[in-house]
Amino acid sequence: MREYLLGNVAIARGVLEAGAGLAAGYPGTPSSEIIDTLSGIASGYDIHIEWSVNEKAALEVAIGGSWAGTRSVATMKHVGLNVAADPFMTLAYLGVDAGLVIVSADDPYCHSSQNEQDTRRYAQFASVPCLDPADPQEALDMTIYAFDLSERFSVPVLLRPTTRVSHARSDVETGRIPEGRRRGRGFIKDPARRVSLPVNARPLHRALIDKQKDIERALESAPWNRLLLKGDVGVIASGIAGLYAEEALANLEADISLLRIGTYPAPSRKIEEFVKHTSKVMVVEELEPVVEETVEIVARRCNPELEILGKRSGDIPRAGELDPLTVRNAIARMLGMSVTAPRELPGTEIVPPRPPSLCPGCGHRAAYYAMRKAFGKDAIYTNDIGCYTIGISMGTVDTCLCMGASITIGSGIRFGGDERPICCCIGDSTFLHAGMTGLLNAAYNKSRMTVAILDNSTTAMTGHQPHPGTGVTATGEETVRISLEEIARALGAGHVECVDPYNLEESIDAFTRARDFPGLSVVISKAPCRILLRRKGERFRRYRVTDECVGCRQCVEFSCPAIEFDERAFINQLCTGCGVCAQICPKGAIEVVK
Amino acid sequence: MRTSNCDMVIVGVGGQGVILISEIIGRAALKAGIPVRAAETHGMAQRGGSVINHTRLGCVYGPMVPEGGADILLALEPAEALRYGRYLSTGGVALVNTTPVLPTTVTTGQFRYPDIEEILAPLRGFARVIAMNATEIAERAGNPQTANIVMLGAMSRFMPVDEALILDALRDSVPRKYIDVNMKAFELGKAEVSG
Ligand code: SF4
Ligand code: SF4
Repeated sequence: MREYLLGNVAIARGVLEAGAGLAAGYPGTPSSEIIDTLSGIASGYDIHIEWSVNEKAALEVAIGGSWAGTRSVATMKHVGLNVAADPFMTLAYLGVDAGLVIVSADDPYCHSSQNEQDTRRYAQFASVPCLDPADPQEALDMTIYAFDLSERFSVPVLLRPTTRVSHARSDVETGRIPEGRRRGRGFIKDPARRVSLPVNARPLHRALIDKQKDIERALESAPWNRLLLKGDVGVIASGIAGLYAEEALANLEADISLLRIGTYPAPSRKIEEFVKHTSKVMVVEELEPVVEETVEIVARRCNPELEILGKRSGDIPRAGELDPLTVRNAIARMLGMSVTAPRELPGTEIVPPRPPSLCPGCGHRAAYYAMRKAFGKDAIYTNDIGCYTIGISMGTVDTCLCMGASITIGSGIRFGGDERPICCCIGDSTFLHAGMTGLLNAAYNKSRMTVAILDNSTTAMTGHQPHPGTGVTATGEETVRISLEEIARALGAGHVECVDPYNLEESIDAFTRARDFPGLSVVISKAPCRILLRRKGERFRRYRVTDECVGCRQCVEFSCPAIEFDERAFINQLCTGCGVCAQICPKGAIEVVK
Repeated sequence: MRTSNCDMVIVGVGGQGVILISEIIGRAALKAGIPVRAAETHGMAQRGGSVINHTRLGCVYGPMVPEGGADILLALEPAEALRYGRYLSTGGVALVNTTPVLPTTVTTGQFRYPDIEEILAPLRGFARVIAMNATEIAERAGNPQTANIVMLGAMSRFMPVDEALILDALRDSVPRKYIDVNMKAFELGKAEVSG
């Protein structure tokens, strides 16, 4: 059947068509919609779907699934694979039973990420095959192929969509979803392949190296490696860059050789054929020069004179994402054809920047305001990954590195000799993902500082997924609801307090007490995400500014998108009635609309 | 050689319903048997940031519209029209909702929000600009949230897809109780553009 599908939905579809019986992931843009989609339809199939607490947990659960004989998938964003790197690296030695696919979605240009790392490097690092889809159709087809490949060679297989594949939509031909049993026959004891004692790991490493040639040979003939030999000039392009290259050649009406690559290790026989046939080649790929390096190695052996254009020559950028115009122009330049200059549009400098901002009424903004009042502008605010990082304009985001790092970096700054007050900010989902260890570490090593857990009862940034603090699972079933307060105490925090950030005075007092506590203190600021509340059907009050407004701009400084200013403050229809601006206004000029 | 039959860039502010427009177009194209490619903005920018969606009809390549290649630029917010104006082709059509959404960089006084005419002038230099107050029109239709559908109605005049299929896709894409107001919004938007 033909359907109009988002890339991630196509991957979810592939998981079902492949007969997988277990899917685990941690939300992260651009990968989240895979589990989101599966969890919505899970009840119709014999499949376990979970949001795991983090990516390491997700991968290990998927490994267990595979070892129980059930086709399993783990999903995450590229940086999530760093968290799962420990199981990932050794898994390649131990191997799989039923097919195991790891989806690690890359984000060139950092649309919604802290870096641009290239998952294909992880594939090389672990000696694991990797598939690089160019569009939603390939993403679906490759997902199914990946399970077969994984079983054939007893290795995990990486699927690496990028943002422009995961978040692309196109017409896709879908297949049949098998009915019936998806769970396997159970775990079979086999210590030589399941226990990574050195005595087992040594031969397993050799075996992994030995199967590389066979894997490469099998991948050579995969349908996504397409060779078209014409003139002695050509383009080699991988993943989505292959589509950009095809479009460029059509646009330029240039009839030259083209090799499209969709699998790794890159198909070196096809590359060899190409290299022997040509005298000049441009390698087009996003991020790291993975294919380019293979081309260089092959050319050294069979055509040392080959002129190779790409990242090293400066023709294709290594940072950021590619786009059709950049690729078109790079190829046109190589062919000596005319280049289309990007449009110069005079006047665009008057467009005001529009960075993402915390929603009107968001509890994070209120918490930041109170925190800043209590800790002052000289305090150090280590921050973390989530919606709250967007609050950077409020002066309470001094660092952001990776999931959970707020607390540990805060400790390090203290032990590094900085005596100023330190307030670490971390969201509820991020705290449960990687913050608990940091808190335990801080308590154990007697870190003197405050940790603010900004609890909005969801994983907001990635699309409002549940977590262990919400009391529901991915599929909406009720489960234990863990208490952040009890965890904080159990991990050794000396002072723990919960507060409602919309009550400014109480909130400032709570942060002040935490600041003055001579040890490790935790403030849990609880305010469910406004988007979540709206979806649950909550009707918000609205506030307005009365004639008492003297135009002092104090409410404007709060930077709620609902507050505008033109000589006097004005509240627009975006207001969700949190009431904090009314508490800030020194003239009492903001009131509820009756 | 042209590599797409109709390239559209749909821009606005996170939360304005940019993705829904593209979804409806895509579904309509599917019904018409036309290959379609789209690229969406998810994640961080959806929190009130600037968002862009590429939609390509009759295209079998990548989902992104090349800069300078869009036949239509549809802007749910005026400043966003100029921000992404570079995507529009010479002689293309810019459909612009004139109701601003002020970014916090403006509400907090760091930047000035330009006048509508200042925004539209650079676009007028090379394209056909059709400006309308879609937000007000949507209110007339019965729900200010349907400004995106008003704009879709206006854009339908320029798209190589049968209107009946677009309306079918619209019906499939919105909750049942909102179908009537969306149909009305579509009609009012279409009426803004004279043939
Ligand atoms: S009450 Fe004030 S601060 Fe809260 S959402 Fe409305 S305008 Fe913004
Ligand atoms: S999505 Fe929720 S948590 Fe994120 S900024 Fe908006 S209200 Fe705050």
